Amino acid sequence: MCVAIPVKVIRIKDKKGLIEFGGLKKEIELSLTPDVRTGDYVLLHAGFAIQRLDEVEAKETLRLLEEMSEISG
Amino acid sequence: MKYLDEFRARGPAEALIEKIQARNTDRPNFMEVCGTHTVAILKSGIKERLRGKINLISGPGCPVCVTSSQDVDKAISVAGIDGAILTTFGDMIRVPGTSSSLEKERAEGRDIRVIYSTMDAVAMAEKNPSKSVVLLAVGFETTTPTIAYAVSLAYERKLSNFFILSLNKLIPPAMSALLEMGEINLHGFICPGHVSTIIGPDPYRFISRDYGIPCVIAGFEATDILQAILMLLSHQEGAESRVMIQYKRSVTENGNPAALGLVDEVFERNDARWRGIGIIPESGLKLREKYKKYDVEDRFDIPQGTDHEPSDCICGRILRGISQPGDCKLFGKRCHPDHPIGPCMVSSEGTCAAHYFYGREER
Amino acid sequence: MKDTDKVLLAHGGGGGLSYQLIKDLILPAFEQHPILKELDDAARVSVKNGRLAFSTDSFVVKPMFFPGGDIGKLALCGTINDLAMVGAKPMYISVAFIIEEGLSLKTLGKVIESMEKVARLTGVQVVTGDTKVVEKGSLDQLFINTAGIGSIDDDLDISSSNAKVGDNIIMSGTIGDHGIAVLSQREGFEFQGNLLSDCAPLNHLVSRMTEKTKNIHVLRDPTRGGVASALNEIALQSGVEILLKEAKIPIKEEVRAACEMLGLDPLHIPSEGRLVAFVSEEDAGSVIETMREDPLGKDASIVGQVVSQGNSRVLLETIIGAKRILTLPKGELLPRIC
Repeated sequence: MCVAIPVKVIRIKDKKGLIEFGGLKKEIELSLTPDVRTGDYVLLHAGFAIQRLDEVEAKETLRLLEEMSEISG
Repeated sequence: MKYLDEFRARGPAEALIEKIQARNTDRPNFMEVCGTHTVAILKSGIKERLRGKINLISGPGCPVCVTSSQDVDKAISVAGIDGAILTTFGDMIRVPGTSSSLEKERAEGRDIRVIYSTMDAVAMAEKNPSKSVVLLAVGFETTTPTIAYAVSLAYERKLSNFFILSLNKLIPPAMSALLEMGEINLHGFICPGHVSTIIGPDPYRFISRDYGIPCVIAGFEATDILQAILMLLSHQEGAESRVMIQYKRSVTENGNPAALGLVDEVFERNDARWRGIGIIPESGLKLREKYKKYDVEDRFDIPQGTDHEPSDCICGRILRGISQPGDCKLFGKRCHPDHPIGPCMVSSEGTCAAHYFYGREER
Repeated sequence: MKDTDKVLLAHGGGGGLSYQLIKDLILPAFEQHPILKELDDAARVSVKNGRLAFSTDSFVVKPMFFPGGDIGKLALCGTINDLAMVGAKPMYISVAFIIEEGLSLKTLGKVIESMEKVARLTGVQVVTGDTKVVEKGSLDQLFINTAGIGSIDDDLDISSSNAKVGDNIIMSGTIGDHGIAVLSQREGFEFQGNLLSDCAPLNHLVSRMTEKTKNIHVLRDPTRGGVASALNEIALQSGVEILLKEAKIPIKEEVRAACEMLGLDPLHIPSEGRLVAFVSEEDAGSVIETMREDPLGKDASIVGQVVSQGNSRVLLETIIGAKRILTLPKGELLPRIC
């Protein structure tokens, strides 16, 4: 029930957005994330964006993961 | 897929498992609170790969599983109201009440419809002005803002045929109740990533402060969960416990203020009954005075009923983390996904269903 | 049809209007099917000596028209594929319609046209049929049943109870396309994208495979219940343990995305134009090569193998290298997909 997926916002109109995910497009509600802009990635839950995904933090997490894989070989 | 595939890579997952295996541990008890985490841990095979090293215990974070049979009976009563359409998220359909379920009632002719978003319910109310459309509001903090938004929209549009049956619950009070009951000795919590996306890390601080137990807010991919487990293990014995965030790309220090504000505008806390645990104070939500007219229990006379548990079902013990599905004599036999007896087997994120579908490893 | 543009109860009554339906709508569509034109109570057909395969299926898919196909195409492909799965060359097919009063004749015509297209493509003869019409409200627009006969070459022994230890398991293409394409048309799922059903007749692909080698032990099309069901049934019937590698399973990005969005497991979603083949280890390589030459097999890949005899189960090796038992999906997850 806590399922949410990361999707890309490709168009915004009023409080709704058109998102893209794996080649699929869908219209969702953006009223819970008023600061979202086109091109942002958001978490989609039950038809609503619940948070903007932070690219910088995502890259940092991935960097740590990669670093670890390299050390372990 | 972006923000997904990169966190499912085998290389980093193997590296994390290696690191965890290399640590000297005394088989600590970590509880993953959220049902979505339970499924992820089993489905990805993490539980199997860490067997003997870490003891992972499932908690009460399945909103369908913790809905009491008394509340299911209420939902059934609502569906029986003349001219009512009951809308619900998928899993609630099959949860057993005292003598029936929404699925059975639907087969008997009651108008019960599965929705994907609360907006579907609002649209249904607008399209069917002669009907009373009731939204069965079940869920934790991830879903509650979407319920609050639906109510605020109904208010804005002056809808007179839209209602909710408010069964939303809050996770931190449940964690507090478990700790107070003192039935398990926990060394760490894996906190729900998406609930925390809304509420941020603050509501968990009492756990480290008052009980000295470290918490890590984790994402849902294999590498997220493994990284969170490593963070819990890295917490030094004797050092001050903290609430840490692994899921940094989604969880911020303030959570989602817009969502929190909306929930606060529409709802206030009340005591709520959790299946298998009992009444937990301030763990549920009810509509504030301004929005009372959208409360189905205010508008219609819904019988309160009494609470019942099927005998031999140990869902309650499983939700509190003191028993495993394998301990239940009904598991896999009389209680089976095709004919479930307790809610832990009904919900796709219930501990028993998760174990049934994904947890039977090679022995 | 001069008098009406909708199917009436009388069209199924066996009288003048029935005959008009056959004469004006059905027979013209099946111009190339001489046995049907005889319009006897039963079709008289000839088959050479040897074993016959016989299969039937009913089709209730909703909605009737979906991206990549319709109930007519599905009805022909479904039975043709079942015959192909035992190595039979599909020869003759019967078609029975049960129609809800009020269905537009134009719609019925479209469905029939789709069926004829498949028949022509595969060389299968439609030889007999039936039409019933029921009162409005008795069923949802149109249900179709097809039954088919095929002949099996003497040197073929393809059956779900034939899996052998060491067999390589080949998947002919991407999984779950059909189920997701159908679901995407249902209320509440409104997503736009390139989701096409994989609905297709597999008999030509199977012919090429069996021409290459007789060491094909099992063929199965993963319809209801998806790959998980198909493999579990084979494991049970053959009494073997199967290892499936999650990382090797071919799946389209859009199907994966839709499953993520809907909380579905792609291994439970039906295909209608894909097959799994259990082939002896030494022949797997050449069979895959042959399959890849066919448009319906271009994404063929080895997804697992039969590891031992005795324990009837399917093990899934997850992306992070752990193994778990792949169980049968629960009950009626997705109604009216086929």
